[in-house]
Amino acid sequence: MTDVLQPPADIPAHDEAHGHDEHHGPTGILKWITTTDHKIIGLSYTVTSVIMMVIGGFFAEIIRAQLATPNGHLVSLAQYNELFTMHGSVMIYLFVGPFAFGALANIIVPIQIGAPDMAFPRLNALSYWLYLTGSITMLSGFFTAGGAANFGWVGYAPLSNSLNTPGSGADLWIGGLLLTGFSAIFTGVNLCATIFYLRAPGMTMFRMPIFTWNLLVTAILILLAFPVLTAGLIMLYADRHFGTHIYSVAGGGVPVLWQHIFWFWGHPEVYILALPFFGMATEIIAVFSRKPVFGYKGMIFATLSIAALSLGVWAHHMFTTGVVLLPFFSIMSLLIAVPTGIKIFNWIGTMWRGQVWFSTAMLMAVGFVVTFLIGGLTGIYLASPPLDFFTHDTYFVVAHFHSVVMALVMGAMGGLYYWGPKITGYLLNERVGKFQFWFLFIGTQVFTLPQYVLGLKGMPRRIAIYPHNPEWKMLNDWSSLGALLIGISTLLFVANIVVSWKKYPAGDNPWDAHTLEWFTTSPPPHHNFYRLPPIRSERPTWDYNHPEHRALGHGSHKNEVAAEVVHKAPHS
Amino acid sequence: MKVEARVLLSLGLFFGIMCAVYWNWSLENAGGVMMFAGMLLCFLPGGYYYWWSRRMKARPEDNPEATQTEGAGVIGSFPGTSIWPFTLGMGAFLCVLALVFGIWFLVPGLGLVVWALFGGTSEGRRGGPH
Repeated sequence: MTDVLQPPADIPAHDEAHGHDEHHGPTGILKWITTTDHKIIGLSYTVTSVIMMVIGGFFAEIIRAQLATPNGHLVSLAQYNELFTMHGSVMIYLFVGPFAFGALANIIVPIQIGAPDMAFPRLNALSYWLYLTGSITMLSGFFTAGGAANFGWVGYAPLSNSLNTPGSGADLWIGGLLLTGFSAIFTGVNLCATIFYLRAPGMTMFRMPIFTWNLLVTAILILLAFPVLTAGLIMLYADRHFGTHIYSVAGGGVPVLWQHIFWFWGHPEVYILALPFFGMATEIIAVFSRKPVFGYKGMIFATLSIAALSLGVWAHHMFTTGVVLLPFFSIMSLLIAVPTGIKIFNWIGTMWRGQVWFSTAMLMAVGFVVTFLIGGLTGIYLASPPLDFFTHDTYFVVAHFHSVVMALVMGAMGGLYYWGPKITGYLLNERVGKFQFWFLFIGTQVFTLPQYVLGLKGMPRRIAIYPHNPEWKMLNDWSSLGALLIGISTLLFVANIVVSWKKYPAGDNPWDAHTLEWFTTSPPPHHNFYRLPPIRSERPTWDYNHPEHRALGHGSHKNEVAAEVVHKAPHS
Repeated sequence: MKVEARVLLSLGLFFGIMCAVYWNWSLENAGGVMMFAGMLLCFLPGGYYYWWSRRMKARPEDNPEATQTEGAGVIGSFPGTSIWPFTLGMGAFLCVLALVFGIWFLVPGLGLVVWALFGGTSEGRRGGPH
């Protein structure tokens, strides 16, 4: 039964012996299965999604090895189709998304706003189980007779109907997406409710850290976009098995409807993936530049503008279908460059004249900004229909979105280096981390830049061999070399976890950071806080640790420095 | 509560304007319907928060001057541990496998789902096993 923790007013700051550590529960695997603690669920999400990244990356290495020669014989053409389909599906559905809004968001958002847990802890656990089983469902396609899904990660009709892709691999792909889709929707509900209802006293909306703001907007976008995909998938399944003709011309249906539905989810999804990493980069750049975020409200406005515009740009993926309103989607897509540009300027403004500390997390964040800028700028070309007609379905598009998502991978790694000590209590090795960064950063550019040229030379995507164009070999070799460097960087990350296992204790606030999660212990106790500082700006921990340099927000009192005891966390 | 309401209502308003422009210009129904539904999805909770924000006094988390003691007390029931999310998740997993491997998977699948719904609901009433 719920009761209230009433600690005496004079407990020392980080008294490990006190309070929730007396919480006795199941241990071992039963603890993992029955937990409703957002930190353990978030850690499960982190581990699962990083494993998915390694699996998806393994597929990518096979693809690049196949393309290193014009007549590759490493895999058959059918296996190649399965590989690129599952590479895209694993990376987008099972790694980047769940890592963004399931892993770090789950752990960090409640702590950043001073909440004891997510608003619906059991729903949070359900989200994780749906994500895990969905991932298993999708990947188990490889063990069926017909192989995994092979119609591309977008599953376009009519290629995805039961005539063109029979077999259970495609059905497992649909089933896996249904499960992970519901998982994402539940996480969206949970994040919205947590941020709206569980903030600490004084944590007004315009004092929330940018990461939390971005996750709120992400959660709203999840609620707008994911139900559309789930509905579309159910209709696709009905077309495949129940004889409906929603996406087939033969029965009076419209194949392009699938593209509308898919991209109405798919383009907001791009921002669902990107916004959390924008938030991570913002936090990391501000902390390691020793400055408050430059243009805090402008940043929030930019995030909201991106969310608003993202619902009206989906058909820029469909310019070449010939049945979409080109000027509308072109204008809307070009407009998104404006708030994204505001963000880039604000990141540079945050670093400008700051005391920049190039730790691994900061390097990853700067690498994120640079690589995202390359991906974003080439996206502006693609928003223009005449250029898109020329480059659609070529490697130019592949290079564009790989610049974007590899930037997100750098953001993810930055987030792990920055928040990992808070979650585990131990720092990672900085020297290995810097090696990892340079392998990842240089590898990414060597990987994507030749692909832009290949796309302009006309190399189409999703081909396994190119015997008639042997002149593409050299650029493809460079791209494969880049993929190899990225693979080495992933191995270095795993090696870093091994070599720094419980070696460098982090302490509560190793980076002298600003936000509330650095006020509590590392790892945080059950229900997160023994006490909370007064929240008078968007940098409460900084204000408490540096009372002489307080970031005075609106309505702040300079003389109020003593921490107050929190009575907030209910015991369970 | 006011800022939450404003965020959702302004997003909904933007989607509404975008929907009107797009639908009238393109006469394409799928996107028009989806944008209209997006507008409703923002207006529904946004309107709810707006309605409440005019009728309740500011919560401690909306008050820039609030002290931590104002937030003291029970703010909800948090079950310490629970087996039911896992049960429900495995039930949903088996139901999805029924889509692929045969309808008989629904028997254990729906069984687990119903069991988890009853178990989770009654656990919620008791406030968790702890």
